[in-house]
Amino acid sequence: MSPKLSVVPLPYSADDVTSLLGADWPERLRAAYRWMRLGRALDARMQALQRQGRVGFYGAATGQEAVNVATGLATRSEDWIFPGLREQLVALVRGHPLVAYAHHLFADDRDPGRGRNMPCHPTAREVQYVSMSSVIGTQISQAVGLAYGLRQRQAPGVSLAFFGDGATSSNDFHAGLNFAAVWHLPVLFCCANNQWAISVPTSRQTGARTFATKAAEYGMPGWSVDGTDVVAVWAALRGSLARAAEGRGPEMLEFITYRMTPHSSSDDPSRYQPPDWAARAASHDPVARLESWLSVNGVLDGAAVEAIGRESEAEVRAAVEAAEGTVAPAPASLTEDVYAPDRSGSPG
Amino acid sequence: MGELTLVQAVNRGLAEAMRADPDVVLLGEDIGVNGGVFRATEGLYKEFGESRVVDTPLSETGIVGAAIGMALYGLKPVAEIQFMDFIYPAFDQIVSELAKFRYRSGGQFPCHVVIRTPYGGGIKGGLYHSQSTEAYFCHTAGLKVVVPSTPSDAKGLLLTAIHDEDPVIFLEPKRIYRAVTGEVPDGDHRVPFGQARLVREGSDVSLFAYGAMVPPTVEAAETLAAEGIHAEVIDPRTLVPLDESAIVASVEKTGRAVIVHEAARFCGLGGEIAALLAEKAFYSLKAPIARVTGYDTPFPYALEHVYLPNAEKIAAAARNAVRAS
Repeated sequence: MSPKLSVVPLPYSADDVTSLLGADWPERLRAAYRWMRLGRALDARMQALQRQGRVGFYGAATGQEAVNVATGLATRSEDWIFPGLREQLVALVRGHPLVAYAHHLFADDRDPGRGRNMPCHPTAREVQYVSMSSVIGTQISQAVGLAYGLRQRQAPGVSLAFFGDGATSSNDFHAGLNFAAVWHLPVLFCCANNQWAISVPTSRQTGARTFATKAAEYGMPGWSVDGTDVVAVWAALRGSLARAAEGRGPEMLEFITYRMTPHSSSDDPSRYQPPDWAARAASHDPVARLESWLSVNGVLDGAAVEAIGRESEAEVRAAVEAAEGTVAPAPASLTEDVYAPDRSGSPG
Repeated sequence: MGELTLVQAVNRGLAEAMRADPDVVLLGEDIGVNGGVFRATEGLYKEFGESRVVDTPLSETGIVGAAIGMALYGLKPVAEIQFMDFIYPAFDQIVSELAKFRYRSGGQFPCHVVIRTPYGGGIKGGLYHSQSTEAYFCHTAGLKVVVPSTPSDAKGLLLTAIHDEDPVIFLEPKRIYRAVTGEVPDGDHRVPFGQARLVREGSDVSLFAYGAMVPPTVEAAETLAAEGIHAEVIDPRTLVPLDESAIVASVEKTGRAVIVHEAARFCGLGGEIAALLAEKAFYSLKAPIARVTGYDTPFPYALEHVYLPNAEKIAAAARNAVRAS
């Protein structure tokens, strides 16, 4: 992530960015850069802890930070997030405490999800980040139902369903887009296309030219967005969120990114990725692209970049230190939350 | 009070719940303008409008997925799956999502959805309009599974389901939608979950049956009474939670048990109830536990009458149990 790395430059002048994000863009992009560095530091630290056997599992979002951070910053408190696989950083940007997430990764007594789900499956109701399963695509039609609720109560807010490229083949992708278009609901279908469904490339996932083109036949706009360009993601989301909030119906956004790390801590990409993948991915590193642009445009200098990196690592280290060593959930909690409190435990 | 059929009682329960609470929303295929293929939602579209009686596109996973999202937000959705045989596209949403939301979120996201669906044979519906697959859902922790057998219970259990905090699979015995009528209390009549109904008292043998199997089981008990055998008939009404103490107490009294269901035998509810009795009433048993069930075959069209349990088969099993000791 140093500027000397050769990355594809972000294609903007400062004036372009002013018109896309507003005059306060330097503060906005500095904040975005900080969050992206935090996500990067978190991934690095947690992958190391997983290899040391200190957390049970980890799925990094390295390469997808621009999508997650722009989503966290562009959405408002009344919006709802149905995550796919790699949107944990969205919850943090929306205000979920990093130390709570660390407790979740350690699956301990203070995990807000009480240690039921695998690591990287957080629940953060206070920031309207919905509990996720490991099942592919099911959240897509759920996000539609939530948007129905918003409209039914005439409440503000947009429901965002995230999913990967593989999930576009699922039953609920079809059901969700279809229902939302028929009912004309405030839903954004956000495809985080990192070009790999574990080992299967997008060319083996769809015969369509892009995933976004699918939207048109459901009766909604579909946008293909460079998901490694935080300005592009942010600008696209601002537009779609505003239109959905005005009652102009659902839209689909495909954010094209490059998965820079394995699918998860259980995966070995050398079995299926071409040898030049890592170099291609690195040239689209969203953190390096933003860093380079901010440096060229005088928002960050080398000292600031270094300081932000140090601070991010320190923040992650502090959260890990605060969380690690917390006791495991009490055995009695095994049978709690299966049913509402008046009837917990096994049937009968 | 008034005499209603079972499907009219369902309709009455839905209407009263919707009048009492604007958050109750119905969704399903053909339930709006058409009033449902069995007319369970007749008149509701007219009274409550298209935003609360929602005709959905034809996708069960979409129906249940959308219902889950509504419930996460705080609405009280009641989804209809047109036939239980068509519920499987939504199986993933039910067992992976609906049943597990409260648990996996550490209690942050309770997910209260009621899924109504007509089930069971006896209407010449063949393989795909006849099945009784309650065991799939009973096997999944987090769901409650309810099967009324009378109009009064249909309304009372449905209102309890709508006011419950947990997901409920509400199985409606379509064979007796119109074949049984009965008095149904007006107003907020609720039947608690986990309390079996003593249909008929007896001392010689306990017959356990639910849903559409209750009428032939009562008929069998009447036949047996004429022969001097006093059969007790118990309808558990809710399969999860199951009223284990009522089942055990009855067999402690009679010493004999016959379990009736139209679902296939292997891994059906009969196996679970038999295991319960083996664990908790073993020393009271005077005869082997008997099961009268559907066959371990797909549900047949032409031979439906052979497949389904009837009063003769139930009475024969009870006689065998009595003669065994």
